[in-house]
Amino acid sequence: MRIIVSIKRVVDHNVQVRPRSDGSDIDTTGVRMVINPFDENALEEAVRLRERGIASEVVVVSFGDATVQESLRQAIALGANRAIWGQAPAALDQLAVAKLLRHVAQREEASLVMLGKQAIDEDAGQTAQMLAALLDWPQAVAVSELAVDGDTLHVTREVDGGSESLEIRLPAVVSADLRLNAPRFVKLPDLMKAKRQTIETLDCAALGIDLTPRVQRARVETPPPRPAGQRVGSVAELIEKLRNDAQVIA
Amino acid sequence: MSVLVLADIAATGVALATRQAVRAAQHWGLPVDLLVLGSTEAAAHAQIAGVRRVLHADAPRFAQPQAEDVARLLNSLAGDYTVILAAHGSLARNALPRVAALHDVGMISEAVALLGPNSYQRPIYAGNLLATVDNRPGLQILTVRASRFEAAAQGGQAECVAITAPAADGRSRVTGQKTAGGERPELGSARVVVSGGRSLGSAERFHACLAPLADRLGAAIGATRAAVDSGYAPNEWQVGQTGTVVAPDLYIAVGLSGALQHTAGIKDSRVIVAINQDPEAPIMQLADYSLVADLFDAVPELVRHLHTEATA
Ligand SMILES: Cc1cc2nc3c(=O)[nH]c(=O)nc-3n(C[C@H](O)[C@H](O)[C@H](O)COP(=O)(O)OP(=O)(O)OC[C@H]3O[C@@H](n4cnc5c(N)ncnc54)[C@H](O)[C@@H]3O)c2cc1C
Repeated sequence: MRIIVSIKRVVDHNVQVRPRSDGSDIDTTGVRMVINPFDENALEEAVRLRERGIASEVVVVSFGDATVQESLRQAIALGANRAIWGQAPAALDQLAVAKLLRHVAQREEASLVMLGKQAIDEDAGQTAQMLAALLDWPQAVAVSELAVDGDTLHVTREVDGGSESLEIRLPAVVSADLRLNAPRFVKLPDLMKAKRQTIETLDCAALGIDLTPRVQRARVETPPPRPAGQRVGSVAELIEKLRNDAQVIA
Repeated sequence: MSVLVLADIAATGVALATRQAVRAAQHWGLPVDLLVLGSTEAAAHAQIAGVRRVLHADAPRFAQPQAEDVARLLNSLAGDYTVILAAHGSLARNALPRVAALHDVGMISEAVALLGPNSYQRPIYAGNLLATVDNRPGLQILTVRASRFEAAAQGGQAECVAITAPAADGRSRVTGQKTAGGERPELGSARVVVSGGRSLGSAERFHACLAPLADRLGAAIGATRAAVDSGYAPNEWQVGQTGTVVAPDLYIAVGLSGALQHTAGIKDSRVIVAINQDPEAPIMQLADYSLVADLFDAVPELVRHLHTEATA
């Protein structure tokens, strides 16, 4: 069984991002970039499946400019067998990524595609489902436990107010929740080794796929700040404020 | 043309989020239809003001609807609609992107404001920034953050139409369900939420400290990711970017630092209270009322005060 893992390069979650002065986009100059945390969970799970002999190969793929190669090398150091860099303009929307992933999944004859449940930049949470639809495969989204039994996946996934267990038939698309596992740390020697591995390139523009974004960002702004708060000196004062000023308790 | 709203499944009656989604759907000034799945009471949904028609697809599989089946059903209906919309709940999050992909259109997740026929505002980067996004004209598919919209009133008299769903996909099957349940109000729609962080120290202490306060205020209990990861609280109590987004009248943050990923989920709360021993914790900047104190003193004292005053 071959697993494709899709990874996105995003701004580190500890960075406070700001809009550019003209509001056209986010200012990412000099900002630390990392693999999207949920994608790391997807990758970790795929690598574990290979280590347990359930998967034969883990192929990572990322779309974007040349910088995504750094993330792909890190993914190799974390255990992926090989990597594909889809050379593409930065402004791909979720649907375009799903279309490119379909191409890769079909070409590689994958039985399972794993992604993060959302990317922490866009917070859209759509790509896995769109890909599943395009492939006409079943999906399990926001998965926190996964086991493979022949051509059936047994998963637990997070839903509103609880969780749900599912059996789904392969081939399938799975998106990972943070609870799925604790990703391992990359070791320096592995990173050095990964530097020497060749990364396959894929010219996305030459595939004849319509990648024009359906959704375009017109403006980015900082949300209006909440009015400044007050420090209270005691529990009694807090209750007094909540009752009389804010009127939120009886 | 018209707007189709996918109703949230409620154990009984109509989910608040469904009424809020109906209100959002009125933005286009077009007739609004409501798709109700499973044995959910179609008649109750017909009383939501502003709904033209309730389409009721009652098949046994819709008791636990799966994205594949719901997307098929929505696909079969999509030709009649300009907009397909739902509150940002797990079913819609799972099914709507499938519909969008099959129609080769984009999708907007969790719009907080509707600006034009195909222009929206939505939070990005864990709510740190707001993006204005333009979707291509044509079929609009979106989820909305329900709490940003007023609930549509009752008193409507929509026509109920039974519809037949396409054949089941069959490749995915629900084998079990677990809900946090209990006596407390649902986290996503509670009027008061009391949330605890890692500093509570154990599942026992988390419960022993927060439950009396929640009981007294009729509140739902929430938790940070760190508290969930430490096993103090179940996953479904997690509030934040990757947990539940809440917008109660009162949010009480107890012993939690206020990481971006957490505060992303509470910014629409009317009043935020923070209790933390560190005056520099980020949550203290966000809070309307902050109290610098050890939570293990302050919370029991709060409960005592509320009790004595209630009986006085
Ligand atoms: C991709 C991603 C997604 C995430 N999604 C979420 C999410 O949805 N929700 C979420 O909550 N987190 C999320 N996180 C985690 C988040 O970044 C923080 O790690 C987490 O919110 C911190 O939890 P905490 O405030 O309980 O713990 P800490 O940051 O450890 O804070 C503990 C606080 O308690 C205070 N304290 C300690 N003892 C006492 C005492 N006795 N009395 C009073 N105060 C005390 C301390 O001063 C401190 O401020 C996510 C992280 C990532 C990377």
